[in-house]
Amino acid sequence: MESLTFRHTIQKPLPGTKRAAITGVVASGNLEVLLERVLPPDACEVAVETAINGYGDVWEAVVADFVARAQPGGLRISINDGGARPDTVSLRLLQGVRLMEA
Amino acid sequence: MAAADAVSWYEASARQRVAAFLDADSFEEFVDPTERAMSPHLPLFELPRAFDDGIVVGRGRLDGRPVLVAAQEGRFMGGAFGEVHGAKLVGLLRAALDGKPSAVLILFDTGGVRLQEANAGETAIAEAMRAIAEVRAAGIPVIGLIGGRAGAYGGGGLIAGTCARLAVSEGGRISVSGPEVIETNRGAEEFDSRDRALVWRTMGGKHRRLTGGADAYVADTVAAFREAALDLIGRAPAFDRATLEAEQARLEARIARFGDCRDGAEIWARLGINDPDAVPAMTDAAFLETAAGVPEASHDAR
Amino acid sequence: MPDWRSERAARDARLEAGRAFAEGKVVVAESVTDLLEAVLRPGDRVCLEGDNQKQADCLARGLAACDPERIHDLHMVQSGIVLPEHLDVFETGVARRLDYSYSGPQGARIAKMLYGGKIALGAVHTYLELFARYFVDLTPQVALIAGVSADRDGNLYTGPNTEDTPTVVEATHFKNGLVIAQVNEIVERVPRVDIPGDRIDFVVEADTPFYVEPLFTRDPAAMTETQILIAMMAIKGIYAEYGVKRLNHGIGFGTAAIELLLPTYGERLGLKGTIATHWALNPHPTLIPAIESGWVKQVHCFGSEVGMDRYIRERPDVFFTGSDGSLRSNRAFCQTAGLYACDMFIGATLQIDLMGHSSTVTQSRVAGFGGAPNMGSDPHGRRHPSDTWMKAGREAQMSGDPALMRGRKLVVQLVETFGDGLVPTFVERLDAMELATKTGLELAPVMIYADDVTHIVTEEGIANLLLCRDADEREQAIRGVAGYTPVGRGRDRVKVEALRARGVIRRPEDLGISPLDADRSLLAARSIKDLVHWSGGLYEPPAKFRNW
Repeated sequence: MESLTFRHTIQKPLPGTKRAAITGVVASGNLEVLLERVLPPDACEVAVETAINGYGDVWEAVVADFVARAQPGGLRISINDGGARPDTVSLRLLQGVRLMEA
Repeated sequence: MAAADAVSWYEASARQRVAAFLDADSFEEFVDPTERAMSPHLPLFELPRAFDDGIVVGRGRLDGRPVLVAAQEGRFMGGAFGEVHGAKLVGLLRAALDGKPSAVLILFDTGGVRLQEANAGETAIAEAMRAIAEVRAAGIPVIGLIGGRAGAYGGGGLIAGTCARLAVSEGGRISVSGPEVIETNRGAEEFDSRDRALVWRTMGGKHRRLTGGADAYVADTVAAFREAALDLIGRAPAFDRATLEAEQARLEARIARFGDCRDGAEIWARLGINDPDAVPAMTDAAFLETAAGVPEASHDAR
Repeated sequence: MPDWRSERAARDARLEAGRAFAEGKVVVAESVTDLLEAVLRPGDRVCLEGDNQKQADCLARGLAACDPERIHDLHMVQSGIVLPEHLDVFETGVARRLDYSYSGPQGARIAKMLYGGKIALGAVHTYLELFARYFVDLTPQVALIAGVSADRDGNLYTGPNTEDTPTVVEATHFKNGLVIAQVNEIVERVPRVDIPGDRIDFVVEADTPFYVEPLFTRDPAAMTETQILIAMMAIKGIYAEYGVKRLNHGIGFGTAAIELLLPTYGERLGLKGTIATHWALNPHPTLIPAIESGWVKQVHCFGSEVGMDRYIRERPDVFFTGSDGSLRSNRAFCQTAGLYACDMFIGATLQIDLMGHSSTVTQSRVAGFGGAPNMGSDPHGRRHPSDTWMKAGREAQMSGDPALMRGRKLVVQLVETFGDGLVPTFVERLDAMELATKTGLELAPVMIYADDVTHIVTEEGIANLLLCRDADEREQAIRGVAGYTPVGRGRDRVKVEALRARGVIRRPEDLGISPLDADRSLLAARSIKDLVHWSGGLYEPPAKFRNW
C-alpha cells in the first residue's frame, strides 16, 4: 500500500452546494472517489491510498491535469484505489465532480 | 440515473440499487462514507479498504412506508463480511427493534466471510441471524433480495435462510458452500465449478424458486425487485413455533424426495416439469408460467 | 532416363503400409499411432491441422505417441500451435523444425522452447503467407486434418469450421501427399461435401469430437467505460469520417464494443447503412445486435464460433452457407478478402513504439501473427477505388502528380494506453526486437509495420498518422495519444497542441464526445444473456460464458 497526498491552489470554488459525494467501487483495476466540500474555496487536496506502489509520478500527473481541467476549489478528495489505470482514475474524478456540481 | 425499470440489478452498484429501489430521494445513510468506518484489518494484509467497508445501510421509504435497508457491494472483496461490514448489518437490524419500520430489506451480494477477518466475520453472521430472529419475532418482516454477481454464499446464504421471504433473479445464486469450495473438498467429479450451467442449475435463481427456496422470481431490474419486495412484505409468514415446525417438516420431505438427485434438472423432472432441460434458457415470462404450475414452489423452506 | 514419378511411388508405398491398419479407408481411433508410424518417414513435412479454432486433436495425440526411434525430425508446417501435443512432439524429438503462424494459448511455452533450442524455427508467418508457401516450398508430404463427418469413401463434411482444410488438402493431395482426416462420426451420407473423397486417403473415427476454442466470444459484461469511450471515438472519428463500409475487426474488447455501439450510438449519429455493411469477420456473437438491427449486409468468415451455428443457419442472407444450411467458412479466401476487398482493418495490439510499429510479442510470450498482418497492411496490388480508400490516399499524398495518386487502406490500432497490470502499451523499443536478438531471428516479429498504420486510437484521442509529414511529427502524434505512459509523458506539449490544431490529433471533446457519456448503458447488449435475447434464442453460448 502507498499513501499519496497532493495539494493544489485553485482559482475559483467548484459550483454547486452538495456537501459530499462518492462514486466508484474499490475492486481490481477500479477505485472509489469520495469528495467533500470542506476546504477553503481556493484549495483542493487529493489523498490517495493505493494498492500498487511506485506510481507516484503518474498520480501526480493525473491529479494535476484533473485539477487544471475541473477547477475543484474547496474539495477534499479521498481515493481508495484497487490498482486502476490512469484513465479510469481521471474518469472517476470527473464523475465525482459532476455529482458535486449537481 | 436511469429509471428503475431500466437499471439492471446485476450491473448496478450497491449505492445505485438503493437509490433506484427506494422512493426518490428518501434514503438517509447511517455511518456514511465521510465517517470513514473502514476495516482495521485489511491494511495488515496490504489490501485496499473501502469507505463503507462494502455495505450501505440506512433508512428510507418504500411506496411511502418507512423501511430499513442494507445493501452489500459484491465487487468490493466479493461483498464479504468483515468486522465493520458485519457490525453495520447487525446494528441496522437491532435498530429495527427500536424504530419499528414496516420492513427490513437486505440486498445480498456476498461470497460469505472475509478470510482476512474471519473471526469477526463469523461472529457477525451469528449475531445477524439472532438479530433477524428477534426482529421477525417483533413482527417486522425481514426480506432478502438476491440478484448480484456474488450471490448469497457462505454466511450470507445462512442469513438469507433466516429471512422471512426471499426474492431472486435468474443471475442470483443462493448456497452455503460455493462451487469452488465443493470442488476443492470433494473433487471435480462431485462438482465441476467451471461448469457454470451446472452451478446455476443447482444454486441459481430458477432452481431456488422451483423448489421453494425463494418465494419470488423477478426480472433483473431494480423495478422488478421493488415490486417483489412490496408484495413479499405484505405476505410475510408469522414467526412462531408452528411456522418453524412446518418448515422443518417440508425440509425433511425435500431431502426424502430429492436426496438422491445429482443435478437440478433431475429435481425439476420429479417436480413434474415436462421439459426440464429447457428451463435454463426460458425467458422470465415463460419461467414464471412454469413455476406457477409447480406446487412445491410455494414451499417456503430454505 | 530420369524418374518423373518418384513422389508418386513413395506415396503409393506409404498408402500400402497404412492399409494394414485400415478397413477400406476407415481407421479406428486406437490404431492412429500405428497408422502414423506406418505412413510417416523421418524428416517428413507434416501439416497437423491446428487452426485458429478447430483442432485435429485425436491425430495430434496419436502423433505425440509415436516412437521417436521410428519417427523423428519431422518438419511441422501448420498455422496454429494451440494444443500441448503440438509442442510435445518437439520435446520427444518426433519433430524438429517448425513453420507456423499463430500460437495464442501456447505462446508462453513456445517462447521457452525457442529460448531452449528445442525447436528449429523457420519463420513465424501470416496465414496467407504460410498457405502460399504450402504451394511453393513447404508442401506437406502428409496432412492430418479434422472434419465433422465422413462417409466410407472419404467424402468429408467439415462443418461450419471449414477454416484451413481446403487449402491444406489442395496443397498436399495434388502434390503426391497423403491426407488423413479425423472425423467425429462416419455416416452413410454427409450433409454436404466440403472435400471430395478422392482427396482423402484415410478416415479416422475419433474417440471424442474435435476440440474447438471459442476464441471470438467477448462477454459484454466485462466491457469497461474506457473501451466504450474508445469505441465512440472510432465510430465518430474514423468510421463516419471515412464512410467505412467494408471492413475487418480484430478480436479484442475494443472492436467488440464498437459492434455493440452500432445499433445505439451509431444509430443516434444516423450512420446506419453508411458504415459497416460488408464484413470479413468471424461470426462474433457481439455482432448479433447490429445484424438484427439491419446494419449488416453480409459477412464472410475465416472460421466459425462456438454456439453460433443455429443463428447462422437462420440468417443465410447475411452469412455464406452451404446447401445443407450450415456456415461455410474458409480462412484463405477470407484473408484474401480482408487484404484486398476491405477498406479498413481495426484491431488491438500489445505494444506500439514511437514510429508506430506494433507487436504482440512480449519477452515471455510469442503469440504469433495469425491474420492481422494480412488484413492490417496496405495491399500494393489493389487496383479498385472506393471513396474510403481514395480519401485516405489523398490525406497521405505529400507530393507527386495527383493523377497518379492511389488510395490507402485504413489500418487502425485501437489500444488502451495501459494494458493488464498497468503495463504501458506505448514503448520506446518493442520486446519483439529483444526476442529476435536472443533467439537469432533474422526478422523481428513485428505485427504491423509503422508504414502500414494510418491511425492510433486511445482513450486520450485519435492520432491520424496519414497527416504526419515527417518522423518528428509522427513521434509527437503518437506521444500525444499515449496518455500517462512514460512515452506519453515524454511529449513536447507545444508540438502536440500544434498537431491538435491541424486535426492530426483529435481529443474526445474535439469530436463532441464527453468521457462522462461513455456509459455501459450505451451497449446494445450488456451480457451474454442479452445476446441470446437479441438472437431470438438461436445463439447458444458455451457453458463458461453463462450465468444462468
